[in-house]
Amino acid sequence: MNNVALIISKRLGLGVLTMFMVSIIIFLAVNMLPGDFAQALLGQSATPEAVEAIRRDLGLSKPIHTRYFDWLVGALQFDFGTSFAKANFSSYAGTSSTANFGTVADQIAPRFANTLFLAAVTACIAVPLSLLIGVLAALYRYSIFDRIANVSTLTSISSPEFFVAYVLILVLAVLNPVFPSLSNIHDGMDFAQKLQKTMLPALTLTLVVTAHMMRMTRAAIINLLASPYIEMARLKGLSPFRIILFHALPNALAPIINVIALNLAYLITGVVVVEVVFVYPGVGQLFVDSVKIRDIPVVQACCLVFAAAYISLNLLADVMSILSNPRLRLPK
Amino acid sequence: MSASEPLVKISNLAIDGIADETRTRIINDVSLELNRGEVMGLIGESGAGKSTLGLAAMGFTRDGCEIVGGNIRFDGIDLVAATAETRRQLLGKRIAYVAQSAAASFNPAHKIINQHAEAPMFHGVSNRGEAEADAMDLYQRLRLPNPQEIGFRYPHQVSGGQLQRAMTAMAMSCRPDLIIFDEPTTALDVTTQIEVLVAIREIVEQFQTAAIYITHDLAVVAQMADRVKVLLRGDEVEEADTRTMLDAPREDYTRSLWAVRSFQRPQKPMASKDAVPVISLRNVTAAYGNGDPVVRDVSFDIHEGRTVAVVGESGSGKSTTARCITGLLPPKTGEIAFANKVLPADYRKRSVNQLRQVQMIYQMADTALNPRKRIGEIIGRPVEFYLGLKGAEKRRRVEELLELIEMDPKEYINRLPSELSGGQKQRIGIARALAAEPKFIICDEVTSALDQLVAEGILKLLTRLQEEMKLSYMLITHDLSTVRAIADEVVVMKDGLIVESGPKDEMFTPPHHDYTDLLLSSVPEMNPDWLDELLAQRGVENLGDAAVSKM
Repeated sequence: MNNVALIISKRLGLGVLTMFMVSIIIFLAVNMLPGDFAQALLGQSATPEAVEAIRRDLGLSKPIHTRYFDWLVGALQFDFGTSFAKANFSSYAGTSSTANFGTVADQIAPRFANTLFLAAVTACIAVPLSLLIGVLAALYRYSIFDRIANVSTLTSISSPEFFVAYVLILVLAVLNPVFPSLSNIHDGMDFAQKLQKTMLPALTLTLVVTAHMMRMTRAAIINLLASPYIEMARLKGLSPFRIILFHALPNALAPIINVIALNLAYLITGVVVVEVVFVYPGVGQLFVDSVKIRDIPVVQACCLVFAAAYISLNLLADVMSILSNPRLRLPK
Repeated sequence: MSASEPLVKISNLAIDGIADETRTRIINDVSLELNRGEVMGLIGESGAGKSTLGLAAMGFTRDGCEIVGGNIRFDGIDLVAATAETRRQLLGKRIAYVAQSAAASFNPAHKIINQHAEAPMFHGVSNRGEAEADAMDLYQRLRLPNPQEIGFRYPHQVSGGQLQRAMTAMAMSCRPDLIIFDEPTTALDVTTQIEVLVAIREIVEQFQTAAIYITHDLAVVAQMADRVKVLLRGDEVEEADTRTMLDAPREDYTRSLWAVRSFQRPQKPMASKDAVPVISLRNVTAAYGNGDPVVRDVSFDIHEGRTVAVVGESGSGKSTTARCITGLLPPKTGEIAFANKVLPADYRKRSVNQLRQVQMIYQMADTALNPRKRIGEIIGRPVEFYLGLKGAEKRRRVEELLELIEMDPKEYINRLPSELSGGQKQRIGIARALAAEPKFIICDEVTSALDQLVAEGILKLLTRLQEEMKLSYMLITHDLSTVRAIADEVVVMKDGLIVESGPKDEMFTPPHHDYTDLLLSSVPEMNPDWLDELLAQRGVENLGDAAVSKM
């Protein structure tokens, strides 16, 4: 077991290092964005003095490395600072009622929970579905079923997401009103209601991510079918389904797990379009809105959350690939 | 079924292989009969169709093969006409298979005992508990260490010879009527091979199982089979009971197979005491990374025009020693001298002239030749690099080299490696080494991937070149018949240490070091009583790994 613990702790260390590098890149990139919050807020006719005053209040006039380390230290304690937008509403509008609403963490947390919920619902549909189709396609390779599975998943991944979304709305919300076309979920709903509202975006995303996972499952399995242990299994008189499921699939897990992880990461970070179409209150929308008004703390925090999701899912995939392989799990 | 009907009856079988739309006949009009409890040996070179025929006896053809004529009956069931379902019910249950490489044929993802129990459970022969108990019983009969526990390991945690026995146990799991053994000991060391042979023979006798034993090793088949069938490129050459076949083969081809083992060049006199050795290793100790040393305090000399064979099992440090000499693996301590001048340990620090003197020929000519380069380029590259020849001069030198290895330059200079046979590829490997005009060549298992007749040709070529050019060879091998054929001196290695060294003739006459003795006695002989005599003489406990672990 020491062996595995060592490999995993190495990966964890690399993950932390990557996260650190990413945080630098995010900070620099966001700060290089053209435009300026103060300018955007005050409009074209703002006096330089007023712009400068707001910049000073927000700490934008400090040197960049000081700001980075302030931000990093805060981020490590889950304090991503105060949203510019909220801060300004409270101090310049003269009300203090929204003061407790102002931190970036407060703003992102509920949105991120929603995004995770959507990703989880999608994953629960998409992962088993693509594994099943992938296994069946490998079993009946080059058959009609295989071709239909390939063509349909490729078609759905090749169509723009919003198009897939509108087709689903047309079919499942307008022509056959099974699911609502608006997914404006909020805290007051119970799980069943949330699930029903989330169904259409989840199905849309399922169509988007299935192709990758299904094709990797199929390819990884077929790749192994020429190996001597598969021939041995056939010569034991086992049924083709059992051969694929018990003899090929366990050895094909590593590449499949990696593709699943990439797609799950996509479900967290890349779903803005689908959120917009279904008015789903996820992080993606918040992110885009914040970019629009140059709300730098929120943008940075979103980027960091996305990066963390990517890195930790890939890390998880690595660890699971290692654990799925007895040769790495157990030393000689 | 009537008692007189054979268990397997194959008549006039024809099988085609289909690749890129072209058909080639793999099995041509071969018939075979096998009675219950009988063991038939199938023998032939690679490409003779042994495996294809063996698998056909199971009603199985590999992808890309197709039965185009004849029929196969197993216990009265027509396997060619049978449905896939009928065949599946026979496979594993009444007909089992033991593959060449147990390491590749056990599924790395499952424990050995689960794979063992799979067939009996799937075919409804027994439940898991019974199957596991039976597995442990079989492991015990096959003399696997820790029979109660070994099955609960994964395949990578068990050694090759043990795995091969576990696979034989697995084939026995449903007590089949027929087992196909497809080169079950080819991938093993001689000392390990002998244990597996004994185990297979005993278990087949105990359960009165019929078997088809496929191999290219005549001495092995002599121990295992009641009858032998010889195949050549898909055709049957002849069939007879084992003793008749060994004593009085009818066909020329069979006789030529039998004759291969007789090639032997006389040992040259030992170099004089004050002669300067071409290569000398002085107290070389080497390890990979920070691991334990795999070569420990190894010293020996190789003199001009002599062949030193380094013998030992896999993992004994033979190839690592070669890597130290070539400078690929700088030794931790000790040094390597060429003509009494110490060579830099790392090949990157050696001069072109120093590099030129030490060349290497590899075991797998397939992977040692760049598949995208033509023969002229493969040989031309070292000619240009070491000798600085270009253009017409380079081409002339390449042609000379091709003539030297008995290949017609006009025909071969523009071919790709994929357009050559295995033996021809190995010759190109030799020519490439000669291109540098070295004094010393390391031959790393150069004949072990080749058929015996082809291997003999390569050995004769190496011998001739040595005489013409005063070359020195270091011959790495685990095959003692190769040693007997062309070596002058022998170095026996075990666990990174030299256990014995000396002139060949002394090495092959007693008294030996225990380990050398074990190695020598484990080499199968053509005498069909050899294994029985050896068992009677030494006892089962003093063979193979069991004997090694006592040392």
